Amino acid sequence: MNGQLTTMLSEYLPILIFIGIAGGLALVLVLASLIAGRQKPDSEKLSAYECGFEAFDDARRKFDVRFYLVAILFIIFDLEVAFLFPWAVTLGEIGMFGFWSMVVFLGVLTVGFIYEWKKGALEWE
Amino acid sequence: MIIQALAFYLFAAVMVAAAAMVISARNPVHSVLFLILAFFNAAGLFVLMGAEFLAMILVVVYVGAVAVLFLFVVMMLDVDFAALRQGFLRYLPVGGAIGLILLAELVLVVGAWVASPEAAVGPIVPIPDPARVTNTHALGRILYTRYVFVFQGAGLVLLVAMIGAIVLTLRERVGVRRQVVADQIRRTRAESVELVDAPKRGGV
Repeated sequence: MNGQLTTMLSEYLPILIFIGIAGGLALVLVLASLIAGRQKPDSEKLSAYECGFEAFDDARRKFDVRFYLVAILFIIFDLEVAFLFPWAVTLGEIGMFGFWSMVVFLGVLTVGFIYEWKKGALEWE
Repeated sequence: MIIQALAFYLFAAVMVAAAAMVISARNPVHSVLFLILAFFNAAGLFVLMGAEFLAMILVVVYVGAVAVLFLFVVMMLDVDFAALRQGFLRYLPVGGAIGLILLAELVLVVGAWVASPEAAVGPIVPIPDPARVTNTHALGRILYTRYVFVFQGAGLVLLVAMIGAIVLTLRERVGVRRQVVADQIRRTRAESVELVDAPKRGGV
C-alpha cells in the first residue's frame, strides 16, 4: 500500500516543483527590488496615493449585509456540488438506494432554493 | 521517499507558522490571509496522506468560499482594534488566570483519557487499496448508502443555514423601483399613449 501511495504522490511532484518555482520567483522579484533598487523614502513617497486628492477616511467601513447573504448562499450551493462529485463517480455501484439518497438531498436543498427565490434573496435592486 | 518527508515538514512548518500568525497578526485582514495560507498547507498535507478529494474540497470550499466570507465579516465588523487593545495590561491578570484554569482542566481531561478497546479493532469499512480505488470512489461507495443519515443530516443543516441567513439578513427596501417584466408586457396602448388635440399657439 505504501508503494502505491508513493506512485500517486509522484504524479503530484510536478505541482510541487511548480509551487517551489513560483514561490522562489516571487521571493526573488521582491528581494531583488528591495536590494538592487535605491531606497530613499520620504513622507510624500510613503503617503497613500489616491489619484491626486487626499485620502478621505479609513478603508475599513461597514458595507451592506447583502454581500454576506450572497456569499453564504454561494457556500451552500458550493457544498452541494461538492457532494455530487463522489456520487457521480460511483453511481454504477451504489444502486437505486444511493441514487434516491442523493435525489432526496437535492430535494431538501431545492426547498431552500425555492424559498430564497420566492423571498427575493437573489434579487439585487 | 525523502521528497515526501521534506514536503511534509515544509507544509507542516509553514502551516504551524501561519496558524500562529493568524492569532498574532495585528491587522485582522492579514489574519484571514494567513488562514488561507494555513488552508493551502493543510491541503498539501491531505495530498501527502493520499486524501486527494479532501485536499481539493479544502481548497475549493474553504479557500474559495469560507475565507471570502471571513474577509467580508472582518471588513463588515468595523471594529477599532486599537481601542480593543487598550485595557490589555489591566485585564492581563484576570485573563491569564482564566487561561491557566482552562489549561489545567484540559491537562486533567487529556491525562485521564483512555482509548476505548473497540477503537483498536479498526474501521468498520475496510480502507480500500489506493492503487485500484481512487479517493473519490472510496468516499462515494459508503457516503450515500452506509452513511445515508449523516448525509441527509448534512442536507438539513445546509437548508437551515440557508433559511437562517435569509431570515436574519433579508430586509424589504422601501422606495426601490424594481423592474417587473409582467407589468411591462401587460401595458396596453390605451393606458400609456394619449392623443391631445393642442390648440394653436396654446401649448398642451
